[in-house]
Amino acid sequence: MSWIADIVHGILLGGFYALLASGLALMFGVMRIINLAHGSLALVGAYMALLLTEHLHISPYLALAPVLPGALIVGYLLQRTMLERSLRAGQLVPLLTTFGLLIAIANLLQRFFSPDVHSLDAGRIGPASWHVSNTLSIPWFDVLTLGIAVAVLGGLQLVLRRTQLGRELRATAEDPDTAELVGVNARAVYARATAIAVAIAALAGVFYGMRSGFDPNAGASELLYAFEAVVIGGIGSLWGTLGGGIVLGISQEVGAQINQEYFALGGHVVFLAVLVARSAYGAPRIRYALRRFA
Amino acid sequence: MTERGLQPPSPGFRIQRWTPLSVLFTGGLSGLVVVLAFAPVLLGENTQNNLIQLYFLVIMAMMWNALAGYGGLVSVGQQGFIGIGAYAAVFFSVQHGLNPYVSMLFATLIGGAVAIPVAAVVLWLRNGAFAIATWVVAEVFAILVSLDPNPAIGGGTGTSALLPFTLRYTPTQRLHYTYWAALGSVAVLLVLLFALLRSRLGGSLQAIRDDEEAAASVGVRVLLGKGILFVVAGAGCAAAGTIILAWQLSVLPLGPDSVFGINWTARMIFMVLVGGLGTFEGPIIGAVVLYVLQTYISINGVWYFVMLGGVAIGFALLLPRGIWGTIQERFNVRLLPVGYRLRIED
Repeated sequence: MSWIADIVHGILLGGFYALLASGLALMFGVMRIINLAHGSLALVGAYMALLLTEHLHISPYLALAPVLPGALIVGYLLQRTMLERSLRAGQLVPLLTTFGLLIAIANLLQRFFSPDVHSLDAGRIGPASWHVSNTLSIPWFDVLTLGIAVAVLGGLQLVLRRTQLGRELRATAEDPDTAELVGVNARAVYARATAIAVAIAALAGVFYGMRSGFDPNAGASELLYAFEAVVIGGIGSLWGTLGGGIVLGISQEVGAQINQEYFALGGHVVFLAVLVARSAYGAPRIRYALRRFA
Repeated sequence: MTERGLQPPSPGFRIQRWTPLSVLFTGGLSGLVVVLAFAPVLLGENTQNNLIQLYFLVIMAMMWNALAGYGGLVSVGQQGFIGIGAYAAVFFSVQHGLNPYVSMLFATLIGGAVAIPVAAVVLWLRNGAFAIATWVVAEVFAILVSLDPNPAIGGGTGTSALLPFTLRYTPTQRLHYTYWAALGSVAVLLVLLFALLRSRLGGSLQAIRDDEEAAASVGVRVLLGKGILFVVAGAGCAAAGTIILAWQLSVLPLGPDSVFGINWTARMIFMVLVGGLGTFEGPIIGAVVLYVLQTYISINGVWYFVMLGGVAIGFALLLPRGIWGTIQERFNVRLLPVGYRLRIED
């Protein structure tokens, strides 16, 4: 029975990973870069919500109202000041600059918020759960997270399919030079993509803060989990990210069932197994898979 | 002087690798290594301790630069091999009672051996995917080591190689031998890398870095070239890990500041970007810069890493060739020549 509980909890956890991963997948899909600071930016969202809850005594949900627009602006500025230059300098430079950002953010957070573990109060929904049987109870907060993840992924897909911005994003992802020829401002499109990605990351970060304690170095492991979800789900597919998140969540829950300390290891092992399987399968080119993004 | 195996250049041109300046400098550097070997006799204990730090930083910078600057492989998981080196040295010396310095040598080889299966998993990935996959591998190593049931190895509180060192050596002997081991590792790895990058492989690696498909289409064996680099870098980082162990005697497995910690990668990226990515001399300069910063400018832990990250971003964006790459470009000097230059005969 406990295995069933693991799987159910894994699926719910997968919703959180999908939320965390979708911004990463979006930036990768549009610009072909992996933002190594993605997890750290999510964490900054959590810390900003922490500031608001502590000083204004508002709930973290309400804190989203200023945090999300703030994250949009941060993402936009990040693209315009740092990533745009990095992109022009070749494929390696975005990795180096976003890694530098990851290290700087982790240590700045440590400086201003102490290395201690903090958490956000999820309100009445936090401890509430639906008691199915003696071994299985479903926390409402996890269901809410999964619901938000599905809504965000659905919303993203809708934007990509139906709106002018979505058409510009897809055209730029396909071929930025040609998109420019037909009047798309690729740099502006990139900046909007990063703004959206950082906002989703901040949203995921606030939910992360409500589901578990966080410390300044948590951004690194969140980045790894987000990327694992993207890769397991198949790079280039938004809904695949949800599937990847769920597989990752189940792997971690099953790992933790074997031994409490195998939680992260379970996910890492499945991720590496997927890599090995893919390389044996004939090394699908990530680049070509990306063309099918959205 | 012309090199074997090269097409004879058209009349009026010749291929030059060594210049008088680079001969002078390479000779001077070899001389410097010999002089440094006498440091235990000539210099105080503090200086030796500081130089040991410089040496393992140089090794790390050289290895990371070999991967990124020559192979186009941005690894954020080399700390995995640093940790493997340190822990393998504990395994041989504490667990099996081997001489600690022999253990360090074995541990270095283990680092290279472990890199082979890792290479098989990660090398077909590119850029960001490769970067994160190497990090995941490093995390897996750290978790597995910390969960090792053997009390001499496992446990989140780390491990110590105090006994094998103190049972055999006095503190002064240990300092001297560790110093020589560190200097020897730098010298051997420097020569190995120099020879590797000057060989045909060096040329094919740079072709891979610049355009993998084009290189493959003219017959460069892409995976073999990257694989050799990755294994050398694995062994080199393991060697650095063994020196860290011998220097501080105990290591931790988990957390950003541990021997498996991401902070090592932050230092490597800083050193290579500041010194000059893809230049042979650059990482050595970068290591000296970092060493001077952390030794002579006291800067507390948190701001130190904020500075590392910030300066790395600044160099990547504003001075992507780093200090040495910029000098090289402006003055056209090569002190340790791994490339070729075409000269017009007078």
